Amino acid sequence: MEHMDASSGGSSSPKILMESGEQPHVLAVDDNLIDRKVVEKLLKNSSCKVTTAEDGPRALEFLGLGDGQHTNLEGRVSKVNLIITDYCMPGMTGYELLKKVKESSIMKDVPVVIMSSENVPTRINKCLEEGAQMFMLKPLKQSDVKDLRSQLTNCRS
Amino acid sequence: MEVGQMQRRLADYTKSLFMEGILDAQFLQLQQLQDESNPDFVVEVSSLFFEDSEKLLNDIARALDQQSVDFKRVDAHVHQLKGSSASVGAQRVKNACVAFRNFCEEQNVEGCVRCLQQVKQEYCLVKNKLETLFRLEQQIVAAGGSVVPMTELGF
Repeated sequence: MEHMDASSGGSSSPKILMESGEQPHVLAVDDNLIDRKVVEKLLKNSSCKVTTAEDGPRALEFLGLGDGQHTNLEGRVSKVNLIITDYCMPGMTGYELLKKVKESSIMKDVPVVIMSSENVPTRINKCLEEGAQMFMLKPLKQSDVKDLRSQLTNCRS
Repeated sequence: MEVGQMQRRLADYTKSLFMEGILDAQFLQLQQLQDESNPDFVVEVSSLFFEDSEKLLNDIARALDQQSVDFKRVDAHVHQLKGSSASVGAQRVKNACVAFRNFCEEQNVEGCVRCLQQVKQEYCLVKNKLETLFRLEQQIVAAGGSVVPMTELGF
């Protein structure tokens, strides 16, 4: 299996675990149009509601974390149950997006999965250390997404 | 030609594309993703791939044509093309892109120009093959048959 998992120990927060039967809302971020379309379909076929974004800034805007957006967070709940992002993106990388999400008080418990076509151990470790739930090698397969899906709805590992 | 024969012809044709390494298992993933809610998924993704690739190939050619070649820019385009070709299962295009990136790293213009030709060739090949494949599928559907994804090719 071509993915690495950070969910040993206590890094999976119970707040974002879902009841099985609920449809997770996933935000998929990738600058490549074809990859966006494929990831979207993979997720939809695994009963996820999907929003796509073509870069980090647009993703943050969707999440309500964009520059200039209202930062009063009382009573606010994350719009999404999972963020899956490409690593290599121009402007803001997936790693930088991960950091921004983890810095946010409402979003920090939302699992972030990083995807990359390149298997670079230092890159993978850097992301896991920053709190990424998982690192997945592209191109993604149905089995990868099924694993991810079951992690979202199951017990903590 | 009756439907059964057409389906066998399609199966043989598809298999040949895998045997020749033009397509890889990722293409099967795409076929498996196709369903009633999105019955043209493979054709749609392939069309996006063709459009995107042609644009990238033009951008690369233009970048290589400059007095002072911006190898970072060329590499960025090749990286995109490598990604999309991998996502659709266009294995030989992807492999040609991998080789191309090495020449970008070396900042070797001649090498890059040769690689561009190679990538173009592989791209044209996979485009023609896929267009033929889709035509064969259309003929089957038009004749009242169904097209079943090839999940097991035994490779």
